[in-house]
Amino acid sequence: MDLDASAADAAFRDEARAWLAAHVPARPLPSLETRAGFAAHRDWEAELAADRWSVVSWPAEYGGRDASLFQWLIFEEEYYAAGAPGRVGQNGINLLAPTLFEHGTPEQCARVLGPMATGEVVWAQAWSEPEAGSDLASLRATAVRTAGGWHLRGQKTWSSRAAFADRAFGLFRSQPDTPRPHQGLTYLMFPLDAPGVTVRPIGRLDGKPAFAELFLDDVFVPDTDVIGEPGQGWRVAMSTAGNERGLTLRSPGRFSAAAERLTALWRETADPADTALRDRVADAVIGARAYQLFTYANASRLAEGSSLGAESSLNKVFWSELDIALHETALDLLGPYGALADDADEAPAHGGWADGWTFSLAGPVYAGTNEIQRNIIAERLLGLPKEARG
Amino acid sequence: MRFLLTDEQRDFARTLDALLGASGTPAAVRSWAAGDHKPGRDLWARLAEAGVFALAVPEEHGGLGPLPLELTVAFIELGRHAVPGPLVETAAAAAFLHRMGDAEAATAWLPRIAAGDALVGLCPDGAPFALDADATDTVLVVRDDTVCRTGTHGPVQPALDPARRLARPLGGTVLARGPAVTAAARHATDLARLLTAAQALGLGRALLAGTVDHVGQRTQFGRAIGSFQAVKHRLADTLIGLEFAQPLVYAAALALAADAPSAGAEAAAAKAAAGEAGYAAARTALQLHGAVGYTDEPDLSLWIRKARPLRDAWGTPAECRARVLAE
Repeated sequence: MDLDASAADAAFRDEARAWLAAHVPARPLPSLETRAGFAAHRDWEAELAADRWSVVSWPAEYGGRDASLFQWLIFEEEYYAAGAPGRVGQNGINLLAPTLFEHGTPEQCARVLGPMATGEVVWAQAWSEPEAGSDLASLRATAVRTAGGWHLRGQKTWSSRAAFADRAFGLFRSQPDTPRPHQGLTYLMFPLDAPGVTVRPIGRLDGKPAFAELFLDDVFVPDTDVIGEPGQGWRVAMSTAGNERGLTLRSPGRFSAAAERLTALWRETADPADTALRDRVADAVIGARAYQLFTYANASRLAEGSSLGAESSLNKVFWSELDIALHETALDLLGPYGALADDADEAPAHGGWADGWTFSLAGPVYAGTNEIQRNIIAERLLGLPKEARG
Repeated sequence: MRFLLTDEQRDFARTLDALLGASGTPAAVRSWAAGDHKPGRDLWARLAEAGVFALAVPEEHGGLGPLPLELTVAFIELGRHAVPGPLVETAAAAAFLHRMGDAEAATAWLPRIAAGDALVGLCPDGAPFALDADATDTVLVVRDDTVCRTGTHGPVQPALDPARRLARPLGGTVLARGPAVTAAARHATDLARLLTAAQALGLGRALLAGTVDHVGQRTQFGRAIGSFQAVKHRLADTLIGLEFAQPLVYAAALALAADAPSAGAEAAAAKAAAGEAGYAAARTALQLHGAVGYTDEPDLSLWIRKARPLRDAWGTPAECRARVLAE
């Protein structure tokens, strides 16, 4: 057991740090949940991609560096420590791409991955429906067979990035009468500007149009945009869902950097006699370190050929609660300034805590609610009996 | 980087688990609590034979170590089985004696610790009580930059966990004085925090496993109570607490093994997290066992009573949290 970086990993860290020091914008970009901010972040993706930093773990042929899982973690640590911009391409890069690597055809990979890596095509996730949040098996939007492809009908909602994105991926019911609800689903990609698609932005809790609902009226999708076998969408999607909850969506670097900023804020502002607040700062620091180390252990297992199953649910619950604790503690340290939005004239110069707090509140809700995750942990990791349903 | 135990380390843990499982440990705990140390000392001798105490002692004094990571692996198992006695104190005393720079004291005690012949108490500066002073062969008491050795103590005080017997050390002769004592005591405290964290982690694992078994069998309203979501979620949270404390414990062991400048903060972080996780596991176990959990007769009580003292020994969570932010 050791925590020592290999020479190659140390060199990778140095290279990443140097590149980020030279390229990270001096001023924060405008919020990526606005039209102007979305465009600025798309340009940032292109800048990353130009030097092959946008998708370090991908094969070189698609713009990556063939980086190992450890190197990806190192890159993320450096990325967040450098205060680099949020990733507008993350839905595609973290959720769709792993699915394509596992289930996509060579033609799909060749067509989709390159423009995804450069930010030329930004992807939105279209999983949820008004009647289907964490219970994806209750999806109702349909894919109906037609010559050379499928017609999509129905409604998707709370679709992240869809207000400004180019394309979306999601699950559709292609066989209406299957014995079990997670059968007969098909995984498809579609353009958001196709005939029949109506995109209606929905304000998030902070009022920014980060979500959209999508109305699909006989939207044609060719067979070449089906991922995996028609009717097997559930199985295909589950590999993506595991990625979302597990490692790729919330790398530890994000929380380590936030814990550093929180500690600095505490040293700068806190009353040393307020031990209750001090304890919360320490717990956030300990939590961020625990998450980093837990991920190193998982990465070590994956490097030896194991796979993560229900264990990814442990991550999901832990990081989502850690994220809220970090940001709530920061808001408390800020006192009256904690009530300001980040773009207020009098917002603290080290800013970002308000947006971060709002975003953290979504953590226990999305990617399968934490209630669902706790059921998975209890049933699959602890072996407790299934809940009586229905 | 390979942040996983080796097969050898896992085998060592399994061996100790099997040894302690077959040794009637709960009966030894009850005897220890009643002041009869014989079964506990027999257990101690078997642990010494398996090499546990030698891991705390350097080779030049008849040991195998110091090997903080292997000691940690062992102490997780000692915690899993709620083994009684000044285990942490003896291992920390070995670290203290090795670093203090008094060759005579080191030569006198370290080989005996390695062989399992000596139980040694260690009272850091400010600690009023010595653990199991009625069972130890000697107690080292640190006050400011001075360390004394004593064989006498005040009356054993009734305690939350009767198997952790607390008494004031009395009198004593000065062994050494100066900055070397302070530095050795600081290192010994870091190691004691690490090993207490490991015990708390093992204790929590045992409490969780026992509770999972119980809720799978116990039926109410016509169903196993483990099928109820409120029960499941509490156990899931207990597992999360333990799972995320564990890597902190291993990382602190690596930091101590490397004598890294971060070792003190890492040991404190491990202690805070594992102490809280172990105590939370005890609270969950009590709640989900219902009235059974509130009774003394089942062995479960031996584990439940230990969780709170382990959480607070060698630095309360608040002290450990302050240490994490101290640099």
